[in-house]
Amino acid sequence: MTAANELSIVLGVITALVSGLVGSFALMKRMTLAGDVVSHLALPGLGLAFLWGINPFLGAAATLAIGIVIIDGLQRRGGLATETAIGVVFVAALAIGALLTPQEDLIDALFGGFGSISPAGFVIGLTGCAIVLITMERIRHKLILIIFSSDLARSAGINVERINLLYLAVFGLTILLGVRFLGALLVGAMIIVPAAVGRQMAKTLDAFLVVSAVAGMLSVAAGFAIAARWHVSLGPTIVGVACALFGLSLLKRTRAA
Amino acid sequence: MTLVRVENLSVTLDHHPILRQVNFEVNEGEAVAIIGPNGSGKTVLVKSMLGILPYSGTIAWRDGVTRGYVPQKIDADRSVPLNVRNLLQSKAAVIRRGPDDIRDTIARVGLTDEILSTQIGHLSGGQFQRALIAFALIGSPDIIFFDEPTASMDEPGEEQMYALIHRLHQDLHISPVVVSHDLSFVYRYASRVLCLNRAAICFGPPRGVLTADVLAQLYGEKAYYEHADHP
Repeated sequence: MTAANELSIVLGVITALVSGLVGSFALMKRMTLAGDVVSHLALPGLGLAFLWGINPFLGAAATLAIGIVIIDGLQRRGGLATETAIGVVFVAALAIGALLTPQEDLIDALFGGFGSISPAGFVIGLTGCAIVLITMERIRHKLILIIFSSDLARSAGINVERINLLYLAVFGLTILLGVRFLGALLVGAMIIVPAAVGRQMAKTLDAFLVVSAVAGMLSVAAGFAIAARWHVSLGPTIVGVACALFGLSLLKRTRAA
Repeated sequence: MTLVRVENLSVTLDHHPILRQVNFEVNEGEAVAIIGPNGSGKTVLVKSMLGILPYSGTIAWRDGVTRGYVPQKIDADRSVPLNVRNLLQSKAAVIRRGPDDIRDTIARVGLTDEILSTQIGHLSGGQFQRALIAFALIGSPDIIFFDEPTASMDEPGEEQMYALIHRLHQDLHISPVVVSHDLSFVYRYASRVLCLNRAAICFGPPRGVLTADVLAQLYGEKAYYEHADHP
């Protein structure tokens, strides 16, 4: 295993920790599927990154931003409902991404599997994770009150719209950080599945957050190991491990009825 | 001294006028009741005073007044693993209060360890109501808005709730503003009452302003006699 691969594993595990935490709040806010929308918008950027040999995170971030601007514009000018605007841009991004991505890289872009990472890419990824963690630490109490009741949150002086927007930004950043490992089609799994494991296993908020983060980290670490040992695709392996953990969590369910 | 003065307050939601030209005030240390039939805008008035709903007109708060809110109903998501302690801790963190504040509040409202660690979706109606009051008390508010605090309670529960509100008023000098259907509460505890039916029909001491005419105007003739039977 090369040094670059080790960097990739370290970043993958840290990204999984971040995804588990952000995913736990997404589950409580009932928006876990939003991850799929974000990741599909990132696909053309991944394709261009392959084509031009630039950092996939930056490429994905660029087309995600463009996609959001287009969705917003369609809603304002076309008078379309949000889900219709998202639906059109969503499939357009997938089609354009599939056309732009070189054929030999398409499977990686869709299902993940960037084996190695440059030191610069490692630093970018780590910085992204740090931004997510610091932001979550700063807004978590406000998010908890908003999840409980937005009226009570407002009466406590919280700017609910601002905090929701900040959370959405952190959520989008988390998806982008995971795209390199899981690809555009599977990255949403790291938001949903570890949080679902945490929800099954934990009774308290703290335990929920810890179990979600650990389930994500375990999935990525085991996924790397299995993919390397049996030469299988990284992204589906990670998601497979996560889903297996979810299956196990169904057996040992401690939540009060 | 006036805590808050409301002048010419109007609220329009989805192009429907809900409140028009409401005027009233709450003084330091007084208990105010808000009465009116269903759909008269009582909850909307409270929410606009708390900055939850947009309004036109003036709501002038005295500098530094802190506010609490006990809403009528919260559709707590049963699947969310949040317990009462999480909520109290988060509110204390948001308004920068320490653990002492949480401890005092828990003792004041009589929340047991068991209630504190129960998920919000699994609390009984009465426990949930007391948790909401504890939530409102964090930060030592000068004024607390109670929106129909006894809505889903039986008679002994109602009495306990009114006694608790009265105690907070007497012991902590908090001004309660209570939305209520119960005229006996109004007569017993409120120093002034605001009668609301989209506009303010009356405002003043209950025995002075709750005349037969006003009650008939507020609830209709028949309802007035039902209310008048149990003053």
